[in-house]
Amino acid sequence: MAEPQALLNKKNYVRPQRKYSWTNMAFTLFGVIWLIISFYPVLYILMSSVREQNGFLTGSPTWLPTIHPTFSNYLTVLQAGFVHFFFNSLILSVVTVIFTVAFSLFLAYVIVRSRNSAVRTIFNVFLIGLALPIQAAIIPVYVLITKIGLYDSLGGLILPSIAFGIPLTLLFLVNFVRDIPNELYESMEIEGASDFKMLFHLVTPLAMPSIISIAIYQFILAWNNFLFPLVLTQSDSVKVLPLAVVQFQGDHSLDIPVTMAAVTLSALPLLIAYIFGGRFIRRGMMAGFGK
Amino acid sequence: MLGMRMNWQRWTMMLPALIFFVVFALVPMCIAVYYSGLNWDGISEPVWVGMKNWIAVFKDGEAWQSTLLTIELMGLCWITQCPLSLLLGVFMSGKQKHRAVFGVFYFIPLLFSSAAIGVTWSYILNPNFGLVNTILKAIGIGNGNENWLGNPHLALFIVSLIIAWQFIPFNSLLFQGGAKQIPESLYEAAKIDGAGPFRIFFSITLPQLKYTIVTASILILTGTLTYFDLIYVLTGGGPGSATQVLAMDMYKQAFINTNIGMGSVMAIILAVFGLVLSLLILKFTGFNRMDSQKEGM
Repeated sequence: MAEPQALLNKKNYVRPQRKYSWTNMAFTLFGVIWLIISFYPVLYILMSSVREQNGFLTGSPTWLPTIHPTFSNYLTVLQAGFVHFFFNSLILSVVTVIFTVAFSLFLAYVIVRSRNSAVRTIFNVFLIGLALPIQAAIIPVYVLITKIGLYDSLGGLILPSIAFGIPLTLLFLVNFVRDIPNELYESMEIEGASDFKMLFHLVTPLAMPSIISIAIYQFILAWNNFLFPLVLTQSDSVKVLPLAVVQFQGDHSLDIPVTMAAVTLSALPLLIAYIFGGRFIRRGMMAGFGK
Repeated sequence: MLGMRMNWQRWTMMLPALIFFVVFALVPMCIAVYYSGLNWDGISEPVWVGMKNWIAVFKDGEAWQSTLLTIELMGLCWITQCPLSLLLGVFMSGKQKHRAVFGVFYFIPLLFSSAAIGVTWSYILNPNFGLVNTILKAIGIGNGNENWLGNPHLALFIVSLIIAWQFIPFNSLLFQGGAKQIPESLYEAAKIDGAGPFRIFFSITLPQLKYTIVTASILILTGTLTYFDLIYVLTGGGPGSATQVLAMDMYKQAFINTNIGMGSVMAIILAVFGLVLSLLILKFTGFNRMDSQKEGM
């Protein structure tokens, strides 16, 4: 047992590490190249958004930052109703996330705490929902939303968004609620706690980190969702940001700086959140994977 | 004692999720099957035509073409994303400080919506004033007026590259997590045996990451199946029908041609495709292995 360990500890058995081996440098070069490929387009968006439209299509080299930045493009975008679209996106995302996570947590609790065959079956149905691309249900959803008079309203966007977000959120939360030790439930039961009390005073606090992770993931999904708004809304009063950006491009097809300002504004809240809480956002994105 | 039995409180807790899922996802999915037998523009009286839509889409080859394009896009996405993500993940998992800093920047494309990314790249790739052509011309490659998205032979490949640009950050995060789990002792032992960096990569890193590779592949393939936003913004399915994958075809039939029946046929094909794909994945990887991958995360 001790011998191999001793071998490991003896420095002279390990080949001296060359810090600047050519493979190491090649790997670093690879990292730098990808940094340019992945970050330069983002930089291009930001640089173009503060550029003057005059001379954009001719003359001045557009791959460099401008020496005379202007914020008038942002003003144009804001005047085109982006503040309103921003609040539409915010309402859609926040309400969707709250209900998706709350409903999924309720169901996750029951699934973990019950040995009932009906509950098992219901859980399996949700798992099939994960295997099916539910976007395929968009046509009947459109007919349904139209029939109940919610076409072209934020409510009509929120209802199906909640439904489509539940399967993944549920699977994710079930995995965590399952990890809560049974003894904790039992000790609360002895004190006569009800299911609701256990959910709010035991499960919710313990599962809070995972609730936050999946909530961030669902928020980004809702914020960037495009298909639902495209199909279920048409008027400016309920327009959300991704749709607004695309239509803005349609209206200003040759005015790249203004469109790039619109692109920047549509992602601004997430960019700011990433600057201050990048760790949480990255963890949240990983939550989308299931665990 | 509450124990494991159901009671009215628990039934109440289950109801909201169940109702939402049944009403806005499960039932619509089933109704799509019925719609696929209708001749209906969504407004006037629907007419039941049975299998006519199905026969039509398979006879004129549209369904086959969309399905093949979807499979082709899946292949392209896997090739462009998986190897690069793996290398980047291994790169980011390294101990050097600058690598972690790079990782912070790599992630940023994920924060933009597919719609915004589509808008941006349609400018970058513009044949007349786009960045790509300007740069290529400046360094003397080509004549600087290649119409990247307007070329039916290139369009799908270019789309897959942009999808890669958007999603490699996510996949490489998976690989970073996987690579960090590889025990340091394996590397040390290999170094004692005198293995070089390539040998270490192929004999230790790659085999140790096999479950992460399976996971990433599943996510890439299932994700590609429903990519819509980016294709809608970049090409609208064109030029011709060069990028008209299943999801795009479904949207076009139902909401542009206002042919609910035909659109529903494409929807069902999409759903069945997704289900078959999931079943195949389960068959070849198995539930148990799915669990053990999660432990590796």
